[in-house]
Amino acid sequence: MGKGTCKGAEILYQSLLDEGVEYVFGYTGAAVLPILDQIYQAHLTNVNPSIERIKNMGKAKHTAITIGENIPASPLDQADRVWKGAEVLHQCLLDEKVEHMFGYTGGSVLPIFDQLYKSPINFILTRHEQGGAHAADAYARATGKVGVVLATSGPGATNLVTGLATAHMDSIPVVAITGQVRSNLIGNDAFQEADMIGITRPCTKHNILVRDIRDLGRIVKECFHIARSGRPGPVLVDIPVDISSGQIQGPIDTKMQIPGYRPRFKGHLRQIQLAADTINQSKRPVLYVGGGVIISNASDLLRQLAIKANIPVTTTLMGLGAFDENHPLALKMLGMHGTAYANFAVQECDLLIAIGSRFDDRVTGTVDTFAPHAKIIHIDIDPASISKNVRVDIPVVGDAAEILGQLVNLVKPVDRSGWLTQIDEWKQKYPLRYDTDSANIKPQHVIQALGRIADGKAIVTTGVGQHQMWAAQFFQYNQPRQLITSGGLGTMGFGLPAAIGAQIGRPDKMVIDIDGDASFSMTLMELATIAQYKLPIKIAVIRNTFQGMVRQWQEMFYGKRYSQTQMYLPDFLKIAEGFGIKAVGITDKNQVEDVIAESLKYPGPILMDFKVEPEENVYPMVAPSKSLHEMELGRLA
Amino acid sequence: MNENKTVLGVLVENRPGVLAHVAGMFAARGFNIDSLVVGRTEDPTVSRMIIVTSGDEATLEQIRKQLAKIVTVVKVRNYSEQECVERDLLLIQVHCPPDKRTELGELATVFRGTVVDVGPKTITIQLTGPEKKIEAFIELCRPYGILQLARTGVIAVPRTEQPKTQPVGQE
Repeated sequence: MGKGTCKGAEILYQSLLDEGVEYVFGYTGAAVLPILDQIYQAHLTNVNPSIERIKNMGKAKHTAITIGENIPASPLDQADRVWKGAEVLHQCLLDEKVEHMFGYTGGSVLPIFDQLYKSPINFILTRHEQGGAHAADAYARATGKVGVVLATSGPGATNLVTGLATAHMDSIPVVAITGQVRSNLIGNDAFQEADMIGITRPCTKHNILVRDIRDLGRIVKECFHIARSGRPGPVLVDIPVDISSGQIQGPIDTKMQIPGYRPRFKGHLRQIQLAADTINQSKRPVLYVGGGVIISNASDLLRQLAIKANIPVTTTLMGLGAFDENHPLALKMLGMHGTAYANFAVQECDLLIAIGSRFDDRVTGTVDTFAPHAKIIHIDIDPASISKNVRVDIPVVGDAAEILGQLVNLVKPVDRSGWLTQIDEWKQKYPLRYDTDSANIKPQHVIQALGRIADGKAIVTTGVGQHQMWAAQFFQYNQPRQLITSGGLGTMGFGLPAAIGAQIGRPDKMVIDIDGDASFSMTLMELATIAQYKLPIKIAVIRNTFQGMVRQWQEMFYGKRYSQTQMYLPDFLKIAEGFGIKAVGITDKNQVEDVIAESLKYPGPILMDFKVEPEENVYPMVAPSKSLHEMELGRLA
Repeated sequence: MNENKTVLGVLVENRPGVLAHVAGMFAARGFNIDSLVVGRTEDPTVSRMIIVTSGDEATLEQIRKQLAKIVTVVKVRNYSEQECVERDLLLIQVHCPPDKRTELGELATVFRGTVVDVGPKTITIQLTGPEKKIEAFIELCRPYGILQLARTGVIAVPRTEQPKTQPVGQE
């Protein structure tokens, strides 16, 4: 290349051409926007010979199985018994009170599946291991229990990686059990071998290969303990097939040996007192609440604290539902697509009380100007979260419920009517809104109607993108564990398998998958799982024929050059029909309410395909490298 | 930004993959490793890593916390906050025609090093000490022509606390 400045994407593009690359396969996303744009612009001026060549070519309801009552205390300590490895694993699962498992079969897990053949544990066979991982994750999110997924060695295990990374970013307790090739073949590039410990190390809380059958019982117990305690997360245990099929004489050792693992549960008393004093002196405090409050089941205590001390509450995407959004103190979500009044409140507050939240970049905008006038209290169980992105004044390390329980007694009922009046003014002036006069169906309209007709009682799962943000903004959440969404990793395709896990975990609840057309396309084979297990899941596809969020960024920052974001979509109605699932298409905005009402009443699974305004944007929006108060409010503001 | 150097003593479980986990965490989060030494301890179930790292104060705090977060990491100690004995071991092979042997031998003696091998045109010297001494010696050898050198990186143990005054009121 000659002299002159050029973009990184240009260099990459030129390098691809130099290497003789004719085709690039893949998918869009915010992090590759400059590269997509380069490809798009290059194609305007150059003719790709390969493209030219191509052009010239011709209610059934799920019943939960109750187990536990008929199972005696663990027989693992019996001395007079020989166990198979798979039996030990199975007994450990029963001891951990596992009722449901998700996953897929394969050669290296045959001994385990043979054990499950006669098991009281209910196994859900997803159509892809990624779906199994997401389902186990959502099961954990919906119930608070540990989700369990089982997959075979090699490709089965690597297919779990996206699911594990998703659970890792959102601190969800999942135990993934993977088969591994025979111990003596490990490291030999055997058939269906993959180094799962190496591959999953950065996307699990802990992982371990079982090297000796004598360690199996102890390791499985440690895995469950690590997954669910402290800041929860996914744990992977890799079991070679000779160990699951091997034999061992009882008693089985299950005494945990994890000297390096000591999560702190109780908060430091002096720090809690300091936090309470600071709250009592504050004139304009805001509670900034994340998924940690939901994980520690602290919603009631949060409510008590907010009401007693008159403190408005904003939640992160992961924290939605931790505080009833119908309450006058609720500010809904903050951050990049948060409400204007939540973002203004954070920027104007004199005290920010962060609980179980981690100052993610989608929450803070530019860190330097985030909450510029505020002292910051940060309550979190993970010491590494504290002062990671934003310098914290008063850290309190420990469990949210434990600390909130003490804080509620220490805060005083202070009159903060001036501050609350200011916030009410912002609420009046900048409500969430959209164009209700449009002839097309507006996606926000669909989601608002779903929320209203479900009467705030349903569990919502989502994919990732615009529809996810609208689901966060326009569905009213009033209880924890109500919204199940991939917040940290932002995993497209999460919604449908997550709905399966949520429905299995909560058969008493209506589960609605609010999905984007592109997200849905990524995992729609799980419709087969829904049909097989007769799960009455309601699927609302927001069909705008784009990967909407990436398109929105291209509209705003790349001169409307829609590189690779327009979707070719199949007929979802026929697809659903092929899977044996009822489906209905909606193109008329006047029918939205009626169709939703009817569909939610339908006893079985149903797919609603809403053809919506193709180029609708999500507002408010804090553009990258802007401060929260510099958000764009859209055309209607 | 103030870049500080820190020596961390990290007690880890002695099992496969722990070193990869620690090194991977440093790489994934963009932390520096100046040197990393692992060795067995008096207890066969644990190993001690001595990690020399650098960064501003907030980064060093994150490094300590992220290390402590790893399940197989038993304990993290910041040796820079206390009196420590630090040692680095150097093996250096220098170009040395016969007429320079005495000169280089004396140089080694000044630094309390030992000549461990002599060839027709080379000399190999072993030297231990704190990092600064090692580096000073390397600089002095440079004009002769360094053929190879290898260093262990720093290992360290905290000094035993000396009683400052005689306890009062005890017979």
